[in-house]
Amino acid sequence: MPALPTDIPLPSKTDPALIRNFCIIAHIDHGKSTLADRMLQLTGVVDERQMRAQYLDRMDIERERGITIKSQAVRLPWRVDGTTHVLNMIDTPGHVDFTYEVSRSLAACEGAILLVDAAQGIEAQTLANLYMALENDLTVIPVLNKIDLPAAQPEKYSEELAKLIGCEPDEVLKVSGKTGAGVPELLDHVVRTLPKPIGDPAGKSRAMIFDSVYDSYRGVVTYVRVVDGYLSKRERILMMSTGATHELLEIGVISPEPKPADGLGPGEVGYLITGVKDVRQSKVGDTITAQNKGATEALAGYKDPKPMVFSGIYPIDGSDYPLLRDALDKLQLNDAALVYEPETSAALGFGFRVGFLGLLHLEIIRERLEREFNLDLIATAPNVVYRVIMENGEEHTVTNPSEFPSDGKIAEVYEPTVRATVLAPSEYIGAIMELCQGRRGSLLGMDYLSEDRVELRYTLPLGEIIFDFFDQLKSKTRGYASLDYDVDGEQVADLVKVDILLHHEKVDAFSAIVHKDRAYNYGVKMAERLKDLIPRQQFEVPIQAAIGARVIARESVRAMRKDVLAKCYGGDISRKRKLLEKQKEGKKRMKMVGRVEVPQEAFIAALSSDSDGPSDAKKK
Amino acid sequence: MPSVQLDGEPVPADGALPRESLGSFGARPFGFYVHVPYCASRCGYCDFNTYTATELGGGASQAGYAQHAIAEIRQARKVLGESYVPVETVFFGGGTPTLLPAKDLVAMLKAIKGEFGLSADVEVTTEANPESVDEKYLVELAEGGFNRISFGMQSTRPHVLELLERRHTPGRPEQCVRWAYDAGFEQVNLDLIYGTPGETEDDWRASLEAVISAYPDHVSAYSLIVEDGTRLASRIRRGELPMIDEDVHADRYLMTDQLLGEAGYRWYEVSNWAVSEDAHCRHNMLYWTGADWWGVGPGAHSHIGGTRWWNVKHPTAYAQRIEAGHSPGLAREVLTAEDRRIERILLELRIAEGLELGVLSEKGRSAAELALQEKLLEPLPFADGHAVLTLRGRLLADAIVRDLTD
Ligand SMILES: Nc1nc2c(ncn2[C@@H]2O[C@H](COP(=O)(O)OP(=O)(O)OP(=O)(O)O)[C@@H](O)[C@H]2O)c(=O)[nH]1
Ligand SMILES: C[S@@+](CC[C@H](N)C(=O)[O-])C[C@H]1O[C@@H](n2cnc3c(N)ncnc32)[C@H](O)[C@@H]1O
Ligand code: SF4
Ligand SMILES: [Mg+2]
Repeated sequence: MPALPTDIPLPSKTDPALIRNFCIIAHIDHGKSTLADRMLQLTGVVDERQMRAQYLDRMDIERERGITIKSQAVRLPWRVDGTTHVLNMIDTPGHVDFTYEVSRSLAACEGAILLVDAAQGIEAQTLANLYMALENDLTVIPVLNKIDLPAAQPEKYSEELAKLIGCEPDEVLKVSGKTGAGVPELLDHVVRTLPKPIGDPAGKSRAMIFDSVYDSYRGVVTYVRVVDGYLSKRERILMMSTGATHELLEIGVISPEPKPADGLGPGEVGYLITGVKDVRQSKVGDTITAQNKGATEALAGYKDPKPMVFSGIYPIDGSDYPLLRDALDKLQLNDAALVYEPETSAALGFGFRVGFLGLLHLEIIRERLEREFNLDLIATAPNVVYRVIMENGEEHTVTNPSEFPSDGKIAEVYEPTVRATVLAPSEYIGAIMELCQGRRGSLLGMDYLSEDRVELRYTLPLGEIIFDFFDQLKSKTRGYASLDYDVDGEQVADLVKVDILLHHEKVDAFSAIVHKDRAYNYGVKMAERLKDLIPRQQFEVPIQAAIGARVIARESVRAMRKDVLAKCYGGDISRKRKLLEKQKEGKKRMKMVGRVEVPQEAFIAALSSDSDGPSDAKKK
Repeated sequence: MPSVQLDGEPVPADGALPRESLGSFGARPFGFYVHVPYCASRCGYCDFNTYTATELGGGASQAGYAQHAIAEIRQARKVLGESYVPVETVFFGGGTPTLLPAKDLVAMLKAIKGEFGLSADVEVTTEANPESVDEKYLVELAEGGFNRISFGMQSTRPHVLELLERRHTPGRPEQCVRWAYDAGFEQVNLDLIYGTPGETEDDWRASLEAVISAYPDHVSAYSLIVEDGTRLASRIRRGELPMIDEDVHADRYLMTDQLLGEAGYRWYEVSNWAVSEDAHCRHNMLYWTGADWWGVGPGAHSHIGGTRWWNVKHPTAYAQRIEAGHSPGLAREVLTAEDRRIERILLELRIAEGLELGVLSEKGRSAAELALQEKLLEPLPFADGHAVLTLRGRLLADAIVRDLTD
């Protein structure tokens, strides 16, 4: 392990001219976290013994899935030309659901390493992240990664990348995050080419909150990028948007574990702890200044992320409802994008309607609720938000399909749309167009990135891509296509609500809003699925799918004819009684829909869609 | 050896009963069950507590069995005290009781008579496998005081008997019925099993017709249950045999009730039919009406005044306890009032006399009203305060019990 330089500038005593703030951005899996690993090692902040792959993926769920969910900022010393510089490196997530996380990281930096897998080339999130970096006026360093791979095509993709950025192919750096090749040169390059932070050391202190994390031991840990002036420990600070003041109990840098310091100076990135218990009191995007003679003008903040996908989340055991509420409260502390409000379902009882950034986000929150809080949950099929205008001009925002007005006096329904970018080898253009057409997409444009790679831009209804679109795209392009999307607006659409009735009772949890042309398919599929999932009852159970009063599909579960143990059991009555007790336990776990006993598993199975959309890409 | 599972509180070494249970002994009819845990071979579907010679290896021998059972009968006298409570019913079951010499069965019956006395109209039954008895054996039993016998016929079809791994040939059970009547038995039962994989509707009709023409006064017809750990279960799991279809079972049951009904048999419990009330098995009625009985032998279950207990299962363990002068009881449970209420619903709903509606909670009562509407309960007895299952209700008895015990 390289020895740490002896002249490392201390936090709050670092000349801004020696600071370089950058993030690593890329398409999913192009190797950001692995490259960050090499940087941690080369700069000496993590030694051989402590090293593990994707060191900065600290959450269990990140490690299990092999993906980054949270950005992580680390302070690294790096010696160039005899002077030790300070690098603040931020590893960012690649998945489209966490674009918001990337955008916040960008605002703390002057530069970005745009990493591209040398065996894959440019993909959809490469573009999305690049455009975001350019919007933030960052200096972009193009880098090809994984050059150690036999399948790497450095020449081809250097050209592609150069063309995209507008530089020469030989200006594209080539590294391997796996072997470390080219990484020292990359760090040197960072120091030489990225601008130093500009800020006013003498000005009134201003620091931007770019992340805020709840930690059960230490309360809220706030991550900041100081722009002007100094923050020092024990100082009283002011949150400019709320006017709240706090004492700085601790201030420091992450390298790669928290290291308390005397303060932070202009251009520096670090953390602070004030003792607040709720991240909403230390809001991402807010500006921190000194309480005494502080700044009067706040830095430009962030837009709050808007949830795009909603799902009803219910505890399987109704008595867990308060636990679920507490758990959501806790998770929200770390996740500004998570919104929820209580709702009741006739079928599922008390629960919450929860808004997410996308399906992966949903999946992760659900998994964390179950794992970290020991809850068993049912989640209803995810849906997007609709805006319904009634003939009398009234307007409803529908986040729960069962609330979709069904009295027929609807004037117009608006659904959210996305601007989607698909990148793929040109031979798949036909297949992609067919798929997008089938999903009511309209082509906005098409560009060749190189001879054989195209970029297609579409407007698509969000509701059409949250389920299996990405899977379909992958399978129709043999895995070569990548997708990125961004919410873009809304459009009028011919949508209807399909209800599912069990024994003539509507099951609110199964209602869905679908396009008119797909309603029949949906109804048939649900009815068939439920037929197999609902156990036979003492009476025949008709299953119907209906639009309003019109039944579009029907099935039925035949009546159970025999439910009796007709065997010689002699004098062992205890066993019979215990068997009954066990059966009654099972019965208790059933949800009653009218008179129909529906096992929890049936709800879960019926509600779990055949595939989970883009998130699947990351299940390794 | 099966693992020892207590599933209750331990039984004291001397077998003493809780005072409140003993206190009411004599207030209900009293019977004896004697379990004989031996079979010549194990039928593929059977998970009863029974052992073949090979399974036992050099363990407890059949020859010493009667003496051990008699020792337990003497323990029973000590535990139950000196009050005069004559025995109403004695039932030898298994296993295959008739694998023992007839004199052993008679000796055990004598011991019960000696210790407790038998009531004047005592019912004394043994189960018997058709291939295990002959005329002489049956005469010996009848002369020794046995007056009821139950033969395991199961089916009249060779392919069904073969699949069930039974040892007797078709026709033998009917022959046994004649021998039994000739020997002086007053009551004769045939056990049947329906729904065996590969058994057709015609096969089952043939079995019922064979039973009817043999003229036993009692028929038990059971649906084949696939018990975990049996050869039948593993053959089904491996796909060698088709899974048993509950709808077919329902059809078979309906046919059973119809053909037996036409021949003069009436149901008096879900799986039991008899030609008259006198032909009912009074011993089984003890079980179903919460009466008292002492179960003798390995794995036997007993009930006295709200305490249920069961003996160690393995014959060797049983023999050791008896020889040491200890109670063979492994564990027991003292029923709470609610347990007893649940048991009453569970048991009495299955018999034709039915369940007193007063036993039900308010919720159970409304479940019963609903069951009445669904034609699962008979309207006339209901009006008289009793829940009696209809034919369709009998097929759904367990589901109804679940609802009524709410
Ligand atoms: N051969 C080779 N494999 C690499 C290299 N860099 C990363 N990988 C592998 O690529 C996969 C993804 O690496 P990560 O570092 O987790 O990628 P990421 O960009 O951080 O992924 P997200 O954070 O989920 O967007 C892992 O299996 C790595 O081992 C490289 O230089 N060479
Ligand atoms: C206690 S057993 C033993 C009686 C005797 N050994 C015989 O097999 O004939 C009494 C009856 O239970 C029935 N039986 C045993 N195992 C069964 C099973 N798995 N399913 C249904 N009935 C069963 C058979 O009809 C059997 O005759
Ligand atoms: S003979 Fe009776 S007790 Fe013995 S194994 Fe067969 S069914 Fe079971
Ligand atoms: Mg990563």
